[in-house]
Amino acid sequence: MAIFDKFKQLAATRRTLAQCGLASVNVVMEKLLSPTEAIVNGRRTILAGTNNYLGLTFDPGCIDAACRALHESGTGTTGSRAANGTYSGHVALEKELADFFDCRHAIVFSTGYVANLGMIATLVGPGDAVVIDADCHASIYDGCTLSRADIIRFRHNDPADLDKRLRRLGDRAANTLVIVEGLYSMLGDRAPLSAISAVKARYGAYLLVDEAHSLGVLGDHGRGLAEETGVAHEVDFIVGTFSKSLGAIGGYCASNHPELDLIRFANRPYLFTASPSPSVIASTRQALATLRARPELRLRLWENAHHLYHRLQDLGLTLGPEISPIVAIRMNSPEETVRQWCALLERGVYVNLVLPPATPDGGALLRCSMSAGHTPEQVDQIADVFAALQEPGNAPGPMV
Amino acid sequence: MQPNEDILTQVTELIKSLAPEHQDISEATDLVADLDFDSLKVMKLLEELEDRFDISVPLNLLPSIRTVEDLALQLQRIIDEE
Repeated sequence: MAIFDKFKQLAATRRTLAQCGLASVNVVMEKLLSPTEAIVNGRRTILAGTNNYLGLTFDPGCIDAACRALHESGTGTTGSRAANGTYSGHVALEKELADFFDCRHAIVFSTGYVANLGMIATLVGPGDAVVIDADCHASIYDGCTLSRADIIRFRHNDPADLDKRLRRLGDRAANTLVIVEGLYSMLGDRAPLSAISAVKARYGAYLLVDEAHSLGVLGDHGRGLAEETGVAHEVDFIVGTFSKSLGAIGGYCASNHPELDLIRFANRPYLFTASPSPSVIASTRQALATLRARPELRLRLWENAHHLYHRLQDLGLTLGPEISPIVAIRMNSPEETVRQWCALLERGVYVNLVLPPATPDGGALLRCSMSAGHTPEQVDQIADVFAALQEPGNAPGPMV
Repeated sequence: MQPNEDILTQVTELIKSLAPEHQDISEATDLVADLDFDSLKVMKLLEELEDRFDISVPLNLLPSIRTVEDLALQLQRIIDEE
């Protein structure tokens, strides 16, 4: 039993969460009604924690494209592209991504996690260094660990601290990969990318930006923070996912470095993962085309983000540092957070429950993500439920 | 190998400021088992030590650091290499 002993603390935490009647990992969407609504526990529930930023999961064009691909090419590729071959859809999507990002090359991965894991673990290795923002996603940390490069953190969104870390590396700075995110997933804050890219250029380092939460959200064309900041030419590698704004599953890396095609053949997570299924590729291609053709989705997303942020701010809630489609409410304690989260769900609003150590600074969060698919009425309903829970008589009581 | 006295003193001093009050700190004190430091506290401690000694401690080294002495020795090794 010794190998299971390490899970005892986890089991205790799960028991504490279960005392409120539900645990976040046990939430079952019994029926999806739209990108923003589902039946949960038999109740019609507004989904405000899905990262479905453009609301494309039920887009008729995406569904038609996926259905056609299913009939034409089957349900899966049953293996990796290295072993089983590449489908024409994989190549087409890579060309379309390269064109979208105005880059010469792109690689498609089976998930966003694999994209980070594969790119980081292949780009750097033993003897190299990787310098990452402290608040980077787990997939970035795991990619760094797999690389066996020296992993150095810099303080979140602090270009001066990054500068210090690169200076300390001396000559090694030129063999260093700096990694930041466009939009940080927990608090919804942007990286100060202009200052960060200036620091990396000063030391001759390389820069990888994970635009998982900023694709389709930031920039005049929805390419992400690098576009919005005007420093896309300074970014060596853009990594992202199809599972948020593009409503499917998968990941990508786009770059102007001609070596990207070589990296493909040295990239173990890429080489040894089954390639994305034809229907996923087809719906992603359609979603990317829709993202490009319908900038109004991005405008609607931001209207909803502003609306919810201001409504919650007016309630006196402590929110993330800037307005973004990720609206995070800072809570006083994990227990209070669980109680509020359960009360929201009972009143038909699903948000993300985020407890330490998953939070950036050890606090607990209720995390909302807005979608272009939310109607103004739904955004008001979400805010109304938060408001109702602020009323003294409605505040959820202590856990049994 | 014995850690440098000055480094050990500075490490101990900083750990004391983050540990529960009246907690005895020795070279053998285990940061997690004895002081109940979670990952956030360990990171805060590292950041402060990195600034104090103007070094960066790669995260890869963390699994080999359990005690105050382990930490002081790793810092000393990095300082000596630079």
